Amino acid sequence: MKANTPLLKVENAGIRFGGLKAVSDVNLELKQGELVGLIGPNGAGKTTFFNLLTGVYVPTEGSISLDGGKLNGLPPYKITRKGISRTFQNIRLFSELSVLDNVKVAYHSLSKHSMLSSILRLPSHFKGEKEMEEKAIEFLKIFNLEKFSHEKAKNLPYGQQRRLEIARALAANPKLLLLDEPAAGMNPQETHELMNLISFIRERFSLTILLIEHDMLLVMGVCERIYVLDHGQMIAEGTPNEIRNNPKVIEAYLGEEVS
Amino acid sequence: MSIVKQAKGFWASIVLAIVFSVVVQLLINGGQLNAFYVNTLFLIGINIILAVSLHLIIGITGQFSIGHAGFLAVGAYASAIITMKLQLPFGLALLVGGLAAAVAGLIIGIPSLRLKGDYLAIATLGFGEIVRIIFLNINYVGGASGMQVSHLTTWPWLIGCVIFSILVIVNFTNSTHGRACISIRENEIAADAMGINTTYYKVTAFAIGAFFAGIAGTLYAHNFYIIQPTNFGFLKSFDILIFVVLGGLGSMSGAVIAAILLTIISTYLQDYPETRMIIYSLVLIVMMLYRPQGLMGTKEITSLFKGRKSVKGGVQDESKHTVA
Repeated sequence: MKANTPLLKVENAGIRFGGLKAVSDVNLELKQGELVGLIGPNGAGKTTFFNLLTGVYVPTEGSISLDGGKLNGLPPYKITRKGISRTFQNIRLFSELSVLDNVKVAYHSLSKHSMLSSILRLPSHFKGEKEMEEKAIEFLKIFNLEKFSHEKAKNLPYGQQRRLEIARALAANPKLLLLDEPAAGMNPQETHELMNLISFIRERFSLTILLIEHDMLLVMGVCERIYVLDHGQMIAEGTPNEIRNNPKVIEAYLGEEVS
Repeated sequence: MSIVKQAKGFWASIVLAIVFSVVVQLLINGGQLNAFYVNTLFLIGINIILAVSLHLIIGITGQFSIGHAGFLAVGAYASAIITMKLQLPFGLALLVGGLAAAVAGLIIGIPSLRLKGDYLAIATLGFGEIVRIIFLNINYVGGASGMQVSHLTTWPWLIGCVIFSILVIVNFTNSTHGRACISIRENEIAADAMGINTTYYKVTAFAIGAFFAGIAGTLYAHNFYIIQPTNFGFLKSFDILIFVVLGGLGSMSGAVIAAILLTIISTYLQDYPETRMIIYSLVLIVMMLYRPQGLMGTKEITSLFKGRKSVKGGVQDESKHTVA
């Protein structure tokens, strides 16, 4: 792949629910290796936009492509297998499963042993499961989560749950990681750790990251470029500095100036 | 749990099951078990198969289906046609009974598994009733007066089917495919986002569950001399549902234990059919008040024998926040 072709290309994408245009006419491009922020006031359509990218909603207009391949209309699991993985605004772990099993679920699509071999307990089942387990343990070590391996995901403290969700998303081996408000509900100390984690995984897995966040300290601190969404429309795009001084953005967040 | 240990436990339980079934066979042959006990034992076996098959659908995959008696009926009638109308062997009837129910599972599963929660429950309930009414109106299988079936269910067939269904469902559950199903139960949106083909696994679990319900139907039909559509009404579905709920949603051993207990209780209450449902309801109400997670919760009986380090109280070292 050439360095200057975008990894993700969104052209005039939008979705309407009946008469309501939740997101419309959004253009966005992510280059390989970029860390880009997506901000906007509450209800601007940020999470809806993520849902469009991941196939939870099918865009009613425009097109979305990853690495040149079209994603429109693909079911979510296929989009994940093509290389987009995400975390959720309200954590969605498999809470009754162990931490290890949470990661193993993400490996499922890579598993080779068939259902029949598992039911008959053929050697390929044991081999496949063993590989998967070893890989998952190695993976948890990267995130310092291996000591919780056999703990149920729901018993983890909040910060660790966020961390596990990111780990699980990465286990699916994505090219593009979507983080939906990863710092929500975190204290400054935890947010700081999260910032380190994001820079770390970006290097370690040579990822492209798109990040929704309300915590401006985090967004301005780590993102190279920022997109601003308001009322379902992309109103601005630029470096953190440009965004900070963009009158449209200030208006979206703070309202019009009284003259 | 290491995979080697898992394999050892697997073979140990197989050996145990074979020893148990041989002992029971000897007792039946020797006449130490009278007809009442043998019949109860058969009922328990059939109910265990029904319980574990529904456990796969509700407890593992989280799809709330309450039309299980429909699959039981499809298996019962399909197999009775094989043995009684076509005079073919019982072994084939088992297979056909299971497959017919599995096909019914696919037909009902593919459209209705798009529905969630209450809606799915109502759709499957409707399916169960439709099946019953269809059989009620087919004269070939006797309509309302039912169909004579010879007694072909023997102890080896029964225990063989019980072991087979438990094995298949345990093996399925404890594999990446079972984990995929559990992830759907835990959070369908997240499962989808992790690359799990949720529709495929929901339908598969539904079809496997229906297959074993069909096998149970075959055993059931050939144990009672006659099958009638009234045997497969909503109350039958409800009976099976109670095994799974009482045992603890997500615990196979719970479902098995509940099936055994409730079958024994209901055999002793046979003379008082009205009280039976009252007692069932009371048991359920008491359980919902004092143990809403069911007898076993999501735990399996095997986990009671293992070191239970981290069952309660959450994580020990919460203070250690680390950066990768």
